[in-house]
Amino acid sequence: MKTFDYVRPTTVREAVAAAAEPGAAYLAAGTNLLDLMKGGVTKPDRLVDISHISGLDRVEDLADGSVRIGALIRNADLAHDRNFARRFRAVAEALLSGASAQLRNAATVGGNLLQRTRCAYFYDPASACNKRHPGTGCDARGGDNRLHAILGWSESCIATHPSDFSVALAALDAVVEIEGKAGRREIPLEAFHRLPGDRPDRETMLEPSEMIIAVRLPAEAVRFAAHSRYLKVRDRTSYAFAIVSAAAALRIEADVIAQARVAMGGVALKPWRAPEAEAALVGARPDAALFRRAAEAALAEANPAGDNAFKIELARRVVARALSLAAAGTPQRMPALPASPFAAVSGAPAHA
Amino acid sequence: MGLSTTLTINGVTRTIELDDPRVTLLDLLREQLGLTGAKKGCDRGQCGACTIIVDGRRINSCLALAVSHDGADVLTIEGVAQGDRLHPVQEAFIAHDGLQCGFCTPGQIMSAIGLIQEGQAGNDPERVREAMSGNLCRCGAYRGITEAVLEAKKTLDAPSRREVA
Repeated sequence: MKTFDYVRPTTVREAVAAAAEPGAAYLAAGTNLLDLMKGGVTKPDRLVDISHISGLDRVEDLADGSVRIGALIRNADLAHDRNFARRFRAVAEALLSGASAQLRNAATVGGNLLQRTRCAYFYDPASACNKRHPGTGCDARGGDNRLHAILGWSESCIATHPSDFSVALAALDAVVEIEGKAGRREIPLEAFHRLPGDRPDRETMLEPSEMIIAVRLPAEAVRFAAHSRYLKVRDRTSYAFAIVSAAAALRIEADVIAQARVAMGGVALKPWRAPEAEAALVGARPDAALFRRAAEAALAEANPAGDNAFKIELARRVVARALSLAAAGTPQRMPALPASPFAAVSGAPAHA
Repeated sequence: MGLSTTLTINGVTRTIELDDPRVTLLDLLREQLGLTGAKKGCDRGQCGACTIIVDGRRINSCLALAVSHDGADVLTIEGVAQGDRLHPVQEAFIAHDGLQCGFCTPGQIMSAIGLIQEGQAGNDPERVREAMSGNLCRCGAYRGITEAVLEAKKTLDAPSRREVA
């Protein structure tokens, strides 16, 4: 690992100023950043340690009914915050389906959004990667790309974004609060991560030295509390990134879907919201045929980036099943295997 | 800034000079303080052999910079027994053959202590397995590990033993 200067600001303002130096990177828990630095993938000259800044580790209910999640809250603390998880169960379920207990105890809300792709070619400094070194090419294109993107990819980059948390947040119209030299601003989470295009090295909408200070769920998000789930298919039961995942949230009135939210993970370089699927659901009675139609709409534009055409049909089934789980109702207690297709749910079909 | 970090390790507070900002908690414990119980398996947060408890929470010490944890309270495997009296989780690992070669065991035990403190898994073996998925055991002692965690939880839940939790 290359050495670096270490600075520890105590306020957001100080942090933003310290991060204005060229080669600076923010350090929160470091669960992804240190891994990348050890592998020589990232070589910051300066680490700006924001983990000692106070006031960014709270969940706040705001006057307008929205809920503000501080950027430094640990993933486990948010998932186990009863008052939060009771209202936003798909978010808690997504968090608990990610990483391991040790990593969730350390990793922060802001860090989760900013984690880098797990594309093996990005992680291997000997491979060509346009994201790591612009203009060098993409070894994933002709390589082992079973887990790569099926939506929104480009010839420059076929990686996916690994966050589960972001998928559930995107479904609920979360907003990212940002602070930088020019002051505060906010961006819808759905627009926060960039698709690769011809500049896969530009990953988010953050400008240099800007930092995430909070993520906000709008008041309307709580209306999905009774019917919201996250489903994640992995290569192993636990402690693995998604092959495909989906967040589904419904508002059902008099047996008819009044409002629907669908977002997918593991399919693109950003959490992929599916408005076509949502439109197909609204006004209809929930049943398996409807969910299948919605899933087909969600994947209408999908295209395999390599040896991963199976992910398209897998994603349809994951979306349909997540919708049927959401329609059945948010379970009283978090399932023993959060978001797992292996979780036994009485009455649910074994196959979507 | 001069790099130092003040840590309370197994009940003893000390200020440690760091000659390099890159030192992780794992390397500090093993290389500078002679506490080699936490193991360096993958050094990348994938195996859990380096698990310690920091401020009451189990974490991977290989992905934690020592300088960033200034002021933290650290518990390692060296600090869980009381003299010759093993911690109930250590006793349960022995009773249930929760190990073979032993390399992952300090991390498994620290993770199990953290899991029981978190109070999320209850007595459900499936929840215990899920909550222990961050600790790999290449010998495949998972069955014994799960049994050990369940028994240790029962022991620690008994009112007479609560003080050692």
